[in-house]
Amino acid sequence: MRNMNVKEVETAISKLCIQSCCHLPEEVVATLKKTTGTEESPLGKEILEIIIKNAQLAQDTDCPICQDTGLTVVYAEIGQEVHFEGGDIEAAIHAGVADGYTKGYLRKSSVDDPLFVRKNTGDNTPAIIHTTIVPGDKVKLTVLPKGCGSENMGALKMLKPADGVEGLVNFVLETVRIAGPNPCPPITVGVGVGGNMERVAELAKHSLTRHMGEHNPNPKYAELEAEILRRVNLTGIGPSGLGGTNTALAVNIEYAPTHIGGLPVAVNLNCHAARRAVVSL
Amino acid sequence: MAETKKITTPLTDDVIKTLHAGDSVLITGPIYTARDAAHKRMTEALARGEELPIDVQGNVIYYVGPSPEKPGQAVGSAGPTTSGRMDKYTPTMIEQGMKGMIGKGSRSQEVIDSCVKNCAVYFVAIGGAAVVISQSIKKQEILAYGDLGPEAIRRYDVVDFPAIVCVDCYGNDTYKDGLAKYCKE
Repeated sequence: MRNMNVKEVETAISKLCIQSCCHLPEEVVATLKKTTGTEESPLGKEILEIIIKNAQLAQDTDCPICQDTGLTVVYAEIGQEVHFEGGDIEAAIHAGVADGYTKGYLRKSSVDDPLFVRKNTGDNTPAIIHTTIVPGDKVKLTVLPKGCGSENMGALKMLKPADGVEGLVNFVLETVRIAGPNPCPPITVGVGVGGNMERVAELAKHSLTRHMGEHNPNPKYAELEAEILRRVNLTGIGPSGLGGTNTALAVNIEYAPTHIGGLPVAVNLNCHAARRAVVSL
Repeated sequence: MAETKKITTPLTDDVIKTLHAGDSVLITGPIYTARDAAHKRMTEALARGEELPIDVQGNVIYYVGPSPEKPGQAVGSAGPTTSGRMDKYTPTMIEQGMKGMIGKGSRSQEVIDSCVKNCAVYFVAIGGAAVVISQSIKKQEILAYGDLGPEAIRRYDVVDFPAIVCVDCYGNDTYKDGLAKYCKE
């Protein structure tokens, strides 16, 4: 048994919020740099260079890469031997988000009642928290700030088993085409397949926490990721959607067992600023 | 690529007529910020027969909800938001005399038709290039709806704000042109 004060989690979350919004992961910057070499559109190439310059400026000045610092998605993988003390763990995560968004001069984009009132909560809470219990005595925290330009273009469809691979590929491509310039390409295409309606949405979102350049460990799914990436880059949408050959940086698929009668598919798109920050306590 | 055109606000019809879809421009002068909530309030005010809190004649509205500025900064990160969410309100704003918009993403046919009918222009800025863009914003002032926080109406004084002409007053759309040119499906 390991005792951990929830204040430690709160402090870590605060730092991760600022880090993720201002510092793009190195491998994402490296992937963006690679695309400038392959982009066929001169305007597209110029846009990619400005996006890279922007990430560098944000890094150097600790300013948010994008003004939309998103709703804060938090993954907490909690070792089953950890005992939290000093308060409520979920409240500590929310407090960490409020602290980070205030101290980091990040935009507060959360409204309370989504339909009638839509009043800004003022501190970007509540965070969207996904907790899992895992073996061990560590706590791994991942913060994924998710802007609405890309989030609004996601889609979910309950396919039939007979729709198969072709049905999945067509649905992903259709979603990307409809999204067009809105999710700020070059995008990351997060795909969930299997589970049920809520599980598949979580799979698609979770796939966006993946280190860019890594692929699904199942070779069949890894091949499908490569094939969908190739097809997405034939759409012509390009950087900022103004035409070009780099529409996506990566396609990440996560899957789970499903019902004999179903084939749920969810697509969650991420913008070129594939922001995330991770710490293990 | 065509050479970059320097233009100043407010925009005149003569200047708008020289702009073509795909042109790179640098904008200098005052522009006004408004996004979803401010547009909703402005069109509701018009429906009640009230005046708008800002004079939109010849002016450009930038669809942005900036992050808070740090001490010593003129403005926080301030890149464009998705324009399509304003489509419902845009023809009304153009009919009020608004001449330009800056945002990101495609527009409805109604907005494009309104640009042609009223000689207006839609520019796109690079989504997610918020720090680069904020360097061209020299000064800001909150003019209305301060309670909306990041959604308040602000005046930005900009110098060489980088943008691309997306929908020109002839009804051309750079998104459609770009897609047609690079689509290999």
